[in-house]
Amino acid sequence: MQQPNAYIGTPQNRVDGRAKVTGGAKYAAEFEAPDLAFGIVVSSAIAKGRIKSIDTSAALAVPGVLQVFTHENRPRTAWLDRNFRDETAPPGSPFRPLYDDKVIYSGQPVALVVAEEFELAAHAASLVRVEYETEPHMTDLDLKRSEAYVPPKKRSGVKPPPSPRGDAEGVFAQAPVKVHAEYRVAIEHHNPMETHASTVVYEDDGTLTIHDKTQGAQNSQSYVASVFGLSSSQVRVVSPYIGGAFGSGLRPQYQLFLAVMAALELKRSVRVVLTRDQMFTFGFRPLTIQTISLGANPDGKLLSIMHDATQTTSTFEDYQEVVVNWSNLLYHCDNVKLTYKLAQVDTYTPTDMRAPGAALGVAAIETAMDELAYATGIDPVELRLRNYAEMDEADKKSFTSKELRACYQLGAERFGWEKRNPEPRSMRDGRELVGWGMASGVWEAIMQKTAARAVLTQDGNLEVASATMDIGTGTYTILTQIAAETLGLPMTSVATKIGDSSLPKSPVQGGSWTAASAGSAVQNACLSVREQIFKYARQMESSPLANASIEQVTFAEGRIHLTNDPSASVTFAEAMQAGGVERIEAEEKASPGMLTSMRYSGYSHSAVFAEVKVDEELGVIRVTRIVTAVAAGTILNPKTARSQILGGVVFGLGMALEEESMLDHNLGRFMNHNLAEYHVPVNADVYDIDVIFVSEHEEMLNPLGIKGLGEIGVVGTAAAIGNAIFHATGKRIREYPITIDKLLG
Amino acid sequence: MNRFSYLRATSIDEAVREAAADPTARFIAGGTNLIDLMKYNVERPTRLIDITRLPLDRIEESDGGGLRIGALVTNDEAAYDPRIHDRYPLLSSAILAGASPQLRNSATTGGNLLQRTRCYYFYDPGTPCNKREPGTGCPATTGRNRIHAILGTSEHCIATHPSDMAVALAALEAVVHIAGPDGERTIALSDFHRLPGDHPEIDTILQHGEIITAVELPSTDFSRNYTYLKLRDRLSYAFALVSVAVALRMEGETIAEARLALGGVAHKPWRDPEAEAMLRGQSAAEGLFASVAACILKDAKGYEDNAFKIDLAKRAIIRALFQAASGTPQSQTDKRIQ
Repeated sequence: MQQPNAYIGTPQNRVDGRAKVTGGAKYAAEFEAPDLAFGIVVSSAIAKGRIKSIDTSAALAVPGVLQVFTHENRPRTAWLDRNFRDETAPPGSPFRPLYDDKVIYSGQPVALVVAEEFELAAHAASLVRVEYETEPHMTDLDLKRSEAYVPPKKRSGVKPPPSPRGDAEGVFAQAPVKVHAEYRVAIEHHNPMETHASTVVYEDDGTLTIHDKTQGAQNSQSYVASVFGLSSSQVRVVSPYIGGAFGSGLRPQYQLFLAVMAALELKRSVRVVLTRDQMFTFGFRPLTIQTISLGANPDGKLLSIMHDATQTTSTFEDYQEVVVNWSNLLYHCDNVKLTYKLAQVDTYTPTDMRAPGAALGVAAIETAMDELAYATGIDPVELRLRNYAEMDEADKKSFTSKELRACYQLGAERFGWEKRNPEPRSMRDGRELVGWGMASGVWEAIMQKTAARAVLTQDGNLEVASATMDIGTGTYTILTQIAAETLGLPMTSVATKIGDSSLPKSPVQGGSWTAASAGSAVQNACLSVREQIFKYARQMESSPLANASIEQVTFAEGRIHLTNDPSASVTFAEAMQAGGVERIEAEEKASPGMLTSMRYSGYSHSAVFAEVKVDEELGVIRVTRIVTAVAAGTILNPKTARSQILGGVVFGLGMALEEESMLDHNLGRFMNHNLAEYHVPVNADVYDIDVIFVSEHEEMLNPLGIKGLGEIGVVGTAAAIGNAIFHATGKRIREYPITIDKLLG
Repeated sequence: MNRFSYLRATSIDEAVREAAADPTARFIAGGTNLIDLMKYNVERPTRLIDITRLPLDRIEESDGGGLRIGALVTNDEAAYDPRIHDRYPLLSSAILAGASPQLRNSATTGGNLLQRTRCYYFYDPGTPCNKREPGTGCPATTGRNRIHAILGTSEHCIATHPSDMAVALAALEAVVHIAGPDGERTIALSDFHRLPGDHPEIDTILQHGEIITAVELPSTDFSRNYTYLKLRDRLSYAFALVSVAVALRMEGETIAEARLALGGVAHKPWRDPEAEAMLRGQSAAEGLFASVAACILKDAKGYEDNAFKIDLAKRAIIRALFQAASGTPQSQTDKRIQ
């Protein structure tokens, strides 16, 4: 029989679902404030140069316009790089809005028009006249590739490629079977449904309450305090709901700076919302050119892996992500050379985007492995099994758990892989060619130090709180499940509070680490409350639990009872009354285990199988079926977990076939900056997606065995689709997205 | 966004009179394109004349045995009207290939013809554009031009007309009814849109103050052998890279009458009388269709990103002719190409 209040691992509806579908959930641009003023950003038309003049007179003459802020009249702020850094910033000088007359990328904010009404601000913004002195810019990675360099300063949290092992070049030269090719993935922008926005409420005492579209309330809070010279008590960031972010909200974006600047200067509340076009004026997934050389024996065993990646970064920061390390992490090989370089172009700094690095690197290595499968005549799944990495060879560590083998097996079974004719162009459905392809996925299981508080009141209600976020992932729901189960309460008795900088300390939500980190912190806080209430229960007069230890009791339905005698029980209320307390409060932290991380590597894995149907004459591709088998430790909530993976797979589908931010190198500007021309998959593009969660026992990373699911769904999907297209057509396309022109070309 | 005044017109005369008196006034109906363009500061009307209350929202039998579609009939109403569905399924199909249900519920017949290009540069006032600001240049010719024209371009503009509906209307030889300060007039749909030439800022022959009142479909029956084949960068909700409307009248195995119009390739729905003449009196055959396709594309000019459209258009023409000749029109819901 199911234990009462045993929620972990069970499918649960989103606790915030009703608020979201009824409009009760408020997003950054929906908070109201008395005398709210509205700011509209004016964006630069050139990519590089300086502002000769800004004529704001016509804008200022519009009745209702309060101020036009430019570099000429902006209030003084901090100016040191370190003041503008945030917890996810790469090395370099962070962008400082309206800092001076220099333009360093196209779309850079050059003015903020603030007015009494949104429409007035928008109208006045169109009247601002900017004259530029242009300088030559460069946005073309192909022309900058020869100047690529190894970033001199490592980005915190991003592992550089490991030192070479063996003699990858020499062995490759002699290898009986070789694959050598270049792979590209286009620039992508995150394009969450909610555009970036900040509503800054200027309180009567001059403090600020900020509703920011962010993945880290405390990250935004400390940025604002540091840049504007405020104490943290003067700034509170409250962002309970985020309409998707995918990494775009990791760094405080310029609308936050501008809204705070205007609010402080005007001493009133200000809201700044970016337009969809302006969503293309900050971070993105950088253009990445990868070269892979695989040397193998005729039996498919890898002898040599060389994987090189060059990405763009801005001229002011060295953005970095882990692109190439995945090759050796997935496959055993003794001769390995992994290299990673940056080239500077005149754009904004790239920003982490869902599975940063992995989505790119795995797309390339998994396409290359498919090429090796054909070069050796070995089934793609079998080839991967023959080269299966039993350990993290670069770091010489064992895996905390790794059920990738089961992913291959269960995914293949569900997909019907054994019925595949390996010959390209051998399968048809009427006029269409049918292709079956597969790929592996991998993402690091990360945990970050996070704090949480639990407060139990006599009425049997529990509130858990942490400054972590829910960017649409289901954090509210899984934290509620963990808290309810840990204390033995129905989920309806638990209120989860997150997205507020005044709550216990949490890093940004990202990297798939939130479930493991905030989940463990909430569990610890609830365990602490458990101990306290158990102490009161034991101390009660003639307590039936007087001689019990905490291991001998069960917490369920608001009571503590002997596990082997449920009739011997004490209610929470009784225990608290006896203890003379109205509430029990505990704040605890959870941190990654140092010993574990010294000895073990933790990763989630997946195997993705894709079916495509291709009208070869017309270049039309339909992805008619995807099966993805995911091993990611404990699945807290199979329902929200499945949604996470579905979203990731659709993200991968976008990378495979559609998404590309097109730079006009003459103008140094992204040109398809709207959702009509930047294509993401629509319903018609998405057919059947079957998600399998492979059972994986994980006990080292954290007590609940959580690895996280935010990224793994996207990793490998593009390669599985690309490989299926090869199987269907015999045509190997090494540039994603695979569009009609590439298939016909 | 510009400041503008608003007038709700109560009669066609009033609408025409008010518009003619103000050179920067614009009519507004569904607003699915104009409002966007106003937000982008591409269109800056000082006055909006709302024509949605004018009596132009009916589909009626015309004197010549055809149908007359009022300018305010929405795309949705037109596509699902039983008369259009049965007698002009090509038009239904083309409408349903475009936009989304939400947009089709709002967009009107007249507005569809007057929608403006989706050229990236036209939409971005931060860049030059001869269509938006005459004389500033056309960065598309040397920039990103994946979605741009390959036929009928000029050095000043390589934009395309984005409509699907208009492509079918061109093939069906629809007639546009216009009311204006100087009275009423009609013009063939194929002559309604212009090529860019030296004046890409002018999309159509409509004079300021003139209003589309209806689009009339002739009685010619193309309800059996037709297709609308649209190729795009995703399976729905994207503008055509290339689309082909074909309407054939078959007599046995012989093509007695042929109409063919292309979308996504030019500043207007593209028809080629010479190519259509090649089809007349012939029977369906791959070789014939290939030479028709070659004929239509013989003067096509590709740019860096869009040269693929020339080959793609040829392939699409051949497939569409087969679809039409065999009476198996492209479904707009099943995304498998027939």
